[in-house]
Amino acid sequence: MSQQLINEITNEYMKTDVPEFRPGDTVKVSVKIKEANRERIQIFEGLVIKRQNGGISETFTVRKISYGVGVERTFPIHTPSIDSIQVMRRGKVRRAKLHYIRKLSAKAARIKERR
Amino acid sequence: MAKGILGKKVGMTQIFNSEGKLVPVTVIDCNGNVVLQKKSVENDGYESVQVGYGEKSEKASNKPMMGHFEKSGSTPKRYLKELRTNEMSEFEVGQEVPVSIFADGDYVDVQGVSKGKGFQGSIKRHNQSRGPMSHGSHYHRRPGSMGPVAPNRVAKGKKLPGHMGSRTITIQNLQIVKVDADRGLLLIKGNVPGANKTFVTIKNAIKK
Repeated sequence: MSQQLINEITNEYMKTDVPEFRPGDTVKVSVKIKEANRERIQIFEGLVIKRQNGGISETFTVRKISYGVGVERTFPIHTPSIDSIQVMRRGKVRRAKLHYIRKLSAKAARIKERR
Repeated sequence: MAKGILGKKVGMTQIFNSEGKLVPVTVIDCNGNVVLQKKSVENDGYESVQVGYGEKSEKASNKPMMGHFEKSGSTPKRYLKELRTNEMSEFEVGQEVPVSIFADGDYVDVQGVSKGKGFQGSIKRHNQSRGPMSHGSHYHRRPGSMGPVAPNRVAKGKKLPGHMGSRTITIQNLQIVKVDADRGLLLIKGNVPGANKTFVTIKNAIKK
């Protein structure tokens, strides 16, 4: 009963328009950034290396190589500060957590496309 | 002074605030708070409001208590509490106290009985540190010295193992993230004493 009630509360805050994507996919995340009193959108594009937790606290981690340096950002999937998530490419991987990709060179880190 | 309400801890979850950050919240159910009795200076020497929360069967309540509930025309309540306040004097006997007496962003003190931990050693109970576990040490998790030889006794208040938890605890200055008047719920930032289904008292913060 109580878990049902908690789910009802969190459902109000959860997004229904999140596209289906998995680790191995390449996504473009539009993040709202507040500067003083105006808002702009910044794009973070990269490889999804993991999805964690469930329900309202579900997060996903995107990795990209920026000027030769690996950068990872973790976003809560349902946060209102994400404007949209676009799936650019679907990848074929055999793991749920792609931590091994951090150690690989750019050439070895290529992921086959899933069709 | 303060206004207050009684409730039951439903559980914890997270919600997003206006900045898009996840905030940990405790959900407290406050449905069916009824004023059972009002005390006044003339009658009782002080002012207070007795509030009841939580249904119980008529079978579970004895005759004197049934008479008390009948006076206010309420169903039998499990959890009764007197709130020493004159701010709630507008509520009449038998009237329901809604969660909307609080607003989003208010600061409150929450009182409840903490989870029982049983008989615990001084490390868990008093946050003492342990001795080395190896290198010939035989002093692992003991409470330390009992004090000097001279008084021939152990000083009062010496931190020793014993029963831990199941105490009445008040956590002060918790912020109300959201008042859900439709469902009769309060979402309070952070944690609240006790296990789920514990009865709690929520009052205006006295230090804010």
